[in-house]
Amino acid sequence: MKTLPLALPTAPARATRGLTPLRLASALGAAALLLVVLGLAAGAEGWSFAWGDEAALISAIRAPRTLGALLCGGLLGLAGALAQGLFRNPLADPYLLGSAAGAGLGVVLVLAAGGLLGAAMGLAAAGALLRLGLVGAAFTGALLGMGLTLLLARGAGRPMVLLLAGVVVGVLLTALSDLVILLSPEALRGKQVFLLGSTSFLGWGSVATLAAALALALPLALLLARALDALVLGEDSAASLGLPLPRVRLALVVLMALATGSAVAQAGLVAFVGLVAPHLVRRAVLVRHGPLLALSALAGGVLLLAADIAARSLLAPRELPVGVLTAVLGGGYLLWLLRRRLAQ
Amino acid sequence: MMNTGVATVAAVAADSAPPGRAAAADIAVPGRAATGVDAAAAMSARDLVLRLGGRCVIDSVSLTLRAGEWAALVGPNGAGKSTLLQLLAGLRTPQAGAVQLAGRPLADWPPRERAQALAWLAQQGEADGDLAARDIVRLGRLPRHGLFGAPDATDEAAVDAAMAETECTAWADRRLNELSGGERQRVLLARALAAGAGVLLLDEPTTHLDAPHQRALLRSLARRARSGAAVAVVLHDLTLALAADRVLVMDAGRLVADGAPGDARLHAALVAVFEGAFSIEQVVAQGRTRWVAVPAL
Repeated sequence: MKTLPLALPTAPARATRGLTPLRLASALGAAALLLVVLGLAAGAEGWSFAWGDEAALISAIRAPRTLGALLCGGLLGLAGALAQGLFRNPLADPYLLGSAAGAGLGVVLVLAAGGLLGAAMGLAAAGALLRLGLVGAAFTGALLGMGLTLLLARGAGRPMVLLLAGVVVGVLLTALSDLVILLSPEALRGKQVFLLGSTSFLGWGSVATLAAALALALPLALLLARALDALVLGEDSAASLGLPLPRVRLALVVLMALATGSAVAQAGLVAFVGLVAPHLVRRAVLVRHGPLLALSALAGGVLLLAADIAARSLLAPRELPVGVLTAVLGGGYLLWLLRRRLAQ
Repeated sequence: MMNTGVATVAAVAADSAPPGRAAAADIAVPGRAATGVDAAAAMSARDLVLRLGGRCVIDSVSLTLRAGEWAALVGPNGAGKSTLLQLLAGLRTPQAGAVQLAGRPLADWPPRERAQALAWLAQQGEADGDLAARDIVRLGRLPRHGLFGAPDATDEAAVDAAMAETECTAWADRRLNELSGGERQRVLLARALAAGAGVLLLDEPTTHLDAPHQRALLRSLARRARSGAAVAVVLHDLTLALAADRVLVMDAGRLVADGAPGDARLHAALVAVFEGAFSIEQVVAQGRTRWVAVPAL
């Protein structure tokens, strides 16, 4: 029996007892609500629930940031679940596949071009162009980054090779981003936001973009969930079931790039949420890909919002970039997975 | 299953008369031999050629699979058995030759319709992931309800029946990844059977199965054949293969023999392609004549 070199350590059967998908969804929903309340209260001066006094602050800054983090995490969780199902690889993740780094490069290029344009046309016009261009550039970059990784790994069949290829592509594209930033000081401000991963610049415009992306990507992903179920059997078996695999695969890759690109365009490179969220869901419940995709999105939102609140309050009044926090936590989770696998 | 109550054992002489297909096993198909052979062709292949990396993996293979018959496909490692099955299932395209399913070129079948008419079971090992056993079996009904449809009561009944048939109902709610090799195999088999397809192409379905479940599988296949299915099964256990209605022998990409157990030419070809690693003996057990492969140690 062939097993993947880096198979996901599965939860014991007893872990699935008692916790139904519905209960998990309710728990995650309740956690999301609680975190939204905390997110509205967490400020640079500590916790404040006197919302009447801070209405302006909350509606201008904390509310969009809180909702933005939730939506952004949702998109990343969805992208991770799609990637893991499509590539049949428990370590697939938009960040590890190089697609997030590709999206980051797209964003930096647009910022650099936008800076030059802004100098020529005046900042207001450039701002509109920027908004329009960022998501598109991140989407294109995400597709290219993922394509490069798959090319380098010669497909997604070998999890370790895919992981290494993704790391190489990630380093390469991030270096290119650095080069662009070096040559174009206009993009420097963007660097902090996009390469470290931060939710601190999320405004209502971002929330609208993220909500639209999630409202588009999640239902389409759910439509294709049965194809991901069939892929569990292997590519040939899925094809023998009459699935139009090339089209299904293309649709899934586009959805993944859409989810990753829109998240990266708004909040930068937030690592590991896409890896961890589906893992946690799978360990908690045994479900088909339909519920898995939805629950992963919910779990991703909860994870990123929790990380965001922690990043805001751990060193208050100073603030950690949330990407740094998720990288530390998610990296630790990945190390634990690898160690567990090696111990087997 | 073959060694109980052995009454007589006689070495097969090259000129001994074949006892006939019906006596080959307890799962013979009654009333089938009388029908016209090619009128019942569920699937046929003509002059198939497939080269991979300069090597001819399938070398001008022609064959017919008939409705109501189960055929065993045997041969040494690398003979091209699995590849032939993939060509028949439409998962690979031959460089020359053609495959017909129910009289219509395989390539002309819309994929979903083809999947309803033909079920293919991969060698174990490819399936991997966190899915409940029952959800795996449900996938067998995917060609019926489609990617965007949902299983209805008929589908659920077929899933129940297939799981009962391979005795895997007990772990319907367990993860595929947590099952033992034999348990997984029975789940994957149920998936292939649940489709209710008229043509069954199974690649080493007995892998990891214990003797009672091997027997149960062969009985299932014979039953399906009796009710009109065409079944082709890659097998490594030659004694199991000799319980089939018909045995196809492959060697180095070619189909070198095709006959019913008991056919002296078939036996000679089997012994030859496996380099005399066994002899084929006639056994009369429980009042029936059978053929078994006895390792030449």
